[in-house]
Amino acid sequence: MQMLKKVRFILFSSLVLPQLVLASVYEYQLDNGLQLIVKEDHRAPVVVSQVWYKVGSSYEHNGITGISHVLEHMMFKGTKTLGPNEFSQIIAANGGRENAFTGRDYTAYFQTLEKDRLEVSFRLEAERMRNLVIDEAELLKERDVVAEERRMRTEDNPQALTREAFYSTAFVNSPYHHPIIGWMSDINHYQADDLREWYTKWYAPNNATVVIVGDVVPEDVYQLAKQYFGPLKPETVATLKPQIEIKQTGLRQITIKAPAELPYLMLGWKVPVVMTTTEENAWEPYALEVLAGILDGGDSARFSRELIRGSEVSAGIGAGYGLFSRLAEVFMVAGTPAEGKSVIMLEQAVMNEIDRLKNEQVTPEELKRVKTQVVANAVYELDTVFYQAMQIGMLETVGLDWRQADDYVDHVQSVTAEQVQAVAKKYFVEDGLTRAELVPLPITQSQRAAQGGNTHGH
Amino acid sequence: MVIKVFAVIISWMMVIVPAQAAPEIEQWQTANGAHVFFVAAPELPMIDIRVVFDAGAARDGDLPGVSLMTNSILSEGAGELDANQIAATFDNVGAQFGTSSERDMAVLSLRSLTDSTALNSALEMFSTVLNTPSFPEDAFKRQQKQRLISLKAEKQSPGALAARNFYKNVYNDHPYANMPVGDESSINKLSLDALKVFYQQYYVGKNATIAIVGAVDNRQAKKIAEKLMNKLPAGSPAKQLPTVAEIKQAKIKSINHPSTQTHILMGQPGMKRGDIDYFPLYVGNHILGGSGLVSQLSNEIREKRGLSYSVYSYFRPMHEMGPYQFGLQTRNDQAQQALEIMQNTLEVFIKNGPSEKELKAAKQNITGGFALRVDSNSKIVDYLSMIGFYKLPLDYLDSFTVKVNAVTIEQIKDAYTRRVHPDRMVTVLVGGEAE
Repeated sequence: MQMLKKVRFILFSSLVLPQLVLASVYEYQLDNGLQLIVKEDHRAPVVVSQVWYKVGSSYEHNGITGISHVLEHMMFKGTKTLGPNEFSQIIAANGGRENAFTGRDYTAYFQTLEKDRLEVSFRLEAERMRNLVIDEAELLKERDVVAEERRMRTEDNPQALTREAFYSTAFVNSPYHHPIIGWMSDINHYQADDLREWYTKWYAPNNATVVIVGDVVPEDVYQLAKQYFGPLKPETVATLKPQIEIKQTGLRQITIKAPAELPYLMLGWKVPVVMTTTEENAWEPYALEVLAGILDGGDSARFSRELIRGSEVSAGIGAGYGLFSRLAEVFMVAGTPAEGKSVIMLEQAVMNEIDRLKNEQVTPEELKRVKTQVVANAVYELDTVFYQAMQIGMLETVGLDWRQADDYVDHVQSVTAEQVQAVAKKYFVEDGLTRAELVPLPITQSQRAAQGGNTHGH
Repeated sequence: MVIKVFAVIISWMMVIVPAQAAPEIEQWQTANGAHVFFVAAPELPMIDIRVVFDAGAARDGDLPGVSLMTNSILSEGAGELDANQIAATFDNVGAQFGTSSERDMAVLSLRSLTDSTALNSALEMFSTVLNTPSFPEDAFKRQQKQRLISLKAEKQSPGALAARNFYKNVYNDHPYANMPVGDESSINKLSLDALKVFYQQYYVGKNATIAIVGAVDNRQAKKIAEKLMNKLPAGSPAKQLPTVAEIKQAKIKSINHPSTQTHILMGQPGMKRGDIDYFPLYVGNHILGGSGLVSQLSNEIREKRGLSYSVYSYFRPMHEMGPYQFGLQTRNDQAQQALEIMQNTLEVFIKNGPSEKELKAAKQNITGGFALRVDSNSKIVDYLSMIGFYKLPLDYLDSFTVKVNAVTIEQIKDAYTRRVHPDRMVTVLVGGEAE
């Protein structure tokens, strides 16, 4: 139970959802607007409890970037009836595992417990849903913790720095412009009132979805939810401005120089997602999803076969696309040149693969392979209750119905080779492309040996 | 395929799993002497298989990196097939094949649907890769270059640099001193012949452990195990590793790196798998630095002072003494302060032991969450591999909570006093100058 607060999901795990969400899912709504979704899974006597709030970095504006994430940290720091860190102590004493994560479109809290301890989760989550206390001194310490987190994840990681610069270049007015963890200057200047205001605005039963998966009886869970979340007062939840990204009308390029050993190239094209399509082009995100699988779905996919093994131009390369985000996204290709190869050579090789997708239809074998993998993954994902809860919560929170998961495999199954070619032609155009390159600066390294000394500093 | 899956899922809803039960493990040996550990998991139409050899980096000898490269070149060519054909065979049936190699274990793993077409195809390929690898020259050269890239990636990561220097200084002449990836000069010295010799010596029946969890019965599992071992000779088990020497005096290694944080690793040889002091040390460390946000270290470093995002300590029990490792990262100008608090916290813990309240909370956390340790096939197959590979008793999981509950404060203090020596720690600091 290494408690690392996850701030974003791995970029290159193209999101795959099973259609095996069956009739064992129950949906309830409390009078105060809280949504409860319960899925039975009786394989093991455990339950995962997740509370999802519709708020994340894409709800933020400049000057307070990262505030959703620091608020997530503060949610462990005490309420009207709980002292700092007491939440975690109670969960631990009940044998639970807990954590939280903030994304661009959501903030979520979870506990995994033996099945008869669900009440503990509900009691504590209901308490911090409306009764959080933002203490000035605790906030100052937590700002420092988050600053350390940012140093660890971003400042001292040249690829992460490049990724951050990429998004702030690709998106001008869309809030996907700024990093989930926030800019360092913003982190250093949150005030207690900023946090209180953000909390009041978004943390309310009518802006939350509670997802329960495990060895439970849905009706019992519903009664328990009514008991603990039922008395909470709803809030007038703010309406988000659309913040639709301006039309990109030409190539955008950025160079990042940082101490590093390896160059890194990121290429991303603006594409639609399920949320931004209409009935007419509803198939497009699924065609892009299949396309990602053609390039990067396993060791036999084109990137491994052609770029890592074939021409040996890349030491590692991936394609990624998340079709279930709230706002329009990019289709990303990112990689490192092989020993003795340049970024330019890598870029040329990627562009050749992109051209091939535009000029030729993918083969029936490749298409069949991607579809088979999607079906298999849908089964594998049922091995963890956590992931099952995760997909329900995420879909609901970005504004899609959890039943979307039912249709995912079917949508992918119906994608044709013509459609894959069509989205390649339509979206992989220079006017929609952003290119970021990491240019390594020398790392000067020297050793200050102090062998045999006593390590005690006092 | 989808319809079949549906039917199986309906049936799994009828299965009643008794609370607190550890999975029932069946065990046998293949004809060539591999030990097989099997748990039937009929609920989902899938299977997880691990084949583990005592062929990790501890067996590298004077060629660091040879074990890892041997492990990863197997799927680059086998029988008459090349890497593309091998990868396509797995991918085309939705199977996930993987390899990994650490200090003790070299692992080949497969996750597949149990649909017979998919499973037969994936197993056939798994067996081919394991039994008749062809060690292609071009793949070898490519992998050599990729290892050099990995080493460069390590040089731009203060955390990775710290790990390499930590192992080097804790283990000195012991085989655990090397990183599995090797180093620049050793990678350039590797040859296909060296890989083949390594494979012939260590990838043999008597040096193998097979773990299987999935929707097959034991008759099928026996066939699977035999198929995976079908051409491998019995050979002999790897020799016992040398004993890890105690560290005689404290050692500090500071490495300059242009990072905004200093990564600190501190530790010494810790304990073995099956160690006589395992439970007092495990429970003690849970309280000190192994329980995330509620540990003493997290409380001192993060909660009280906001010095680090992540601070932890853990024992990593291995064949011989794996490390007892403490770690944190903090802004360069706070590194000394954070290190001192970490040292102090450890010293006070050894002197006073945990409080009754802390011990009770730890036991509640560990035993109250036992079911979470075995709530998925992937977790169970990991446990099976560990139990099998390290020859732990088959009731390891069943007896776990009892043994945790039996631990006393005196046992923790006694074990820590005898086994943990704060005045003889290796400390590695990687970071920049304070601004």
